[in-house]
Amino acid sequence: MTETVEITCIRCPIGCDIELEVEDGEILSMEGAGCIQGEDYAREEYRNPTRVLPTTVRVKGGVLPYVPVKTAEPIPKGELEAAVKELATVEVEAPIELGDVVFEDVCGTGVDIVATRDLPAKESDPLAAD
Amino acid sequence: MTESRQAVTGDLDAMRREEHDLVVVGGGPAGLGAAQAAYDEGVDDIVILERDFELGGILQQCVHPGFGLEYFEEELTGPEYAQQFIENVAERGVDIRLDTMVLEVTHDRTVYAVNDEDGVTEIDAEKVILAMGCRERTRDALDIPGSRPAGIFTAGTAQRLINMEGKLPGEKAVILGSGDVGLIMARHMHLEGAEVEAVLEIMPYTGGITRNVVQCLEDFDIPLRTQQTITEIHGNDRVEGVTVQEVDEDFEPIPGTEYEIECDTILLSVGLIPENELSVDAGVDLHQVTGGPIVDETRETNVEDIYACGNVLHVHDVVDWVTEESMIAGRSAARSLQDRVETREEPIEIESTGKLRYVVPDRISTVDPDREEIPLYMRVHAPMEDVFVTLSSGGEQLARTFERRAEPGEMVTLNVDSDTLAELPEPRLELDVVQREEA
Repeated sequence: MTETVEITCIRCPIGCDIELEVEDGEILSMEGAGCIQGEDYAREEYRNPTRVLPTTVRVKGGVLPYVPVKTAEPIPKGELEAAVKELATVEVEAPIELGDVVFEDVCGTGVDIVATRDLPAKESDPLAAD
Repeated sequence: MTESRQAVTGDLDAMRREEHDLVVVGGGPAGLGAAQAAYDEGVDDIVILERDFELGGILQQCVHPGFGLEYFEEELTGPEYAQQFIENVAERGVDIRLDTMVLEVTHDRTVYAVNDEDGVTEIDAEKVILAMGCRERTRDALDIPGSRPAGIFTAGTAQRLINMEGKLPGEKAVILGSGDVGLIMARHMHLEGAEVEAVLEIMPYTGGITRNVVQCLEDFDIPLRTQQTITEIHGNDRVEGVTVQEVDEDFEPIPGTEYEIECDTILLSVGLIPENELSVDAGVDLHQVTGGPIVDETRETNVEDIYACGNVLHVHDVVDWVTEESMIAGRSAARSLQDRVETREEPIEIESTGKLRYVVPDRISTVDPDREEIPLYMRVHAPMEDVFVTLSSGGEQLARTFERRAEPGEMVTLNVDSDTLAELPEPRLELDVVQREEA
């Protein structure tokens, strides 16, 4: 059965609406792409859409209670929600440096989660020490 | 009253006094870029005054990617972009004062700042660069009727709560306004476990970029409803729902189109306002459209030796342009300190036709032999396709740039060659937008 799939290209601000005609996962034809980049994007987006996931994880002893992180590589779009759930249980200890791996192989994708900023440890409050 | 006044005067006598070449108000991307550029141009007595506990400004809460594509030619998250510049100013030994609030900047560049450690400090500055950024428009500014329940946030506040403090503002949200912050927050709220019922946009088109519409809304089947707005908020202690209505061409609600959405949270993403209270007190004139100072091409305001850059000047869509602009301000302030700037006898006024909302700068008032070109930043009023933005003087076309699609949300830049400016028919530049077939 032939189906039509609509994809909006995001390679540039023009945002061409591309129509794919597909059958059993095979692309038969494509219409609406303004350039070759758009055709590449539509093919990739149909076969294996991926995204970089930005989120945060808990931090112990840091100047902030959370540190921003991202997937080191794009992961399959369908795994985004599961990845956030898996990361909800993660807690790392300050200090943290930009690029530190805070979690390995998220959702079995083989992709690591890395910190996107330095996060210093909280200095102990001299007044609270005694 | 008299007693407390005397107490204040007593404090003023004992106040710390300092002198510096350059004081930068604000340590976000604009302040950081300005300080870096001024240092690299040969000024090393620079102080950055920042009210937050760390540098980086709003970038620290923008944890999503999409920054740096122009400046670094790679895609970074907000904190990654900020950290580059934080490291740059630290390496240069710039004097950074955190948790420090600027109380006043006077027209003769005396800066009053306060923090826990030093109390009030009076700084006599040769040059001041204003880089205070902008703030979000609130519900009050929109005048939405209804009660005053909890659960109404600006999108940026929600962003800070989620990304920096680890708190989810609510469980079922409606987002008003489809600018990029609103779209980004729709995705964050959804991924963090909240339901996003709809994003409402009063205009016929989104205020955000296509990529965000695709990756923040379409990826998660969050509906975007254009030409609709909230006309009433329900709930007493907490938001319980909203009434939504379609609007006509004049943005007036159309009777009979009302429907209700149940929700406990409303996020407002309805515009940003340059934060210019300090500027106004210093005697800086503001532009009616941008809400920021009126500046020349060096980003100097009408008050001599006071400059402005970044979102305090006009709201930018991409941080890379904030960096470019703040580097112009920093470099210009440094060169002026070193007496390397020559003032034109008569400034070149920059004017635009009705198709452009605004242009920055307002005029070109200096000659700088080391400057090859001057970027003009502008925004169109409404979306247009296949247009040329043209620059002329005395009826003669000097430069033009083609835009396949020009949108109010995406700044257009047109660079003017310094050589072109040397021989203008008249000291006036005119910007216009024309359809390709007419050009």
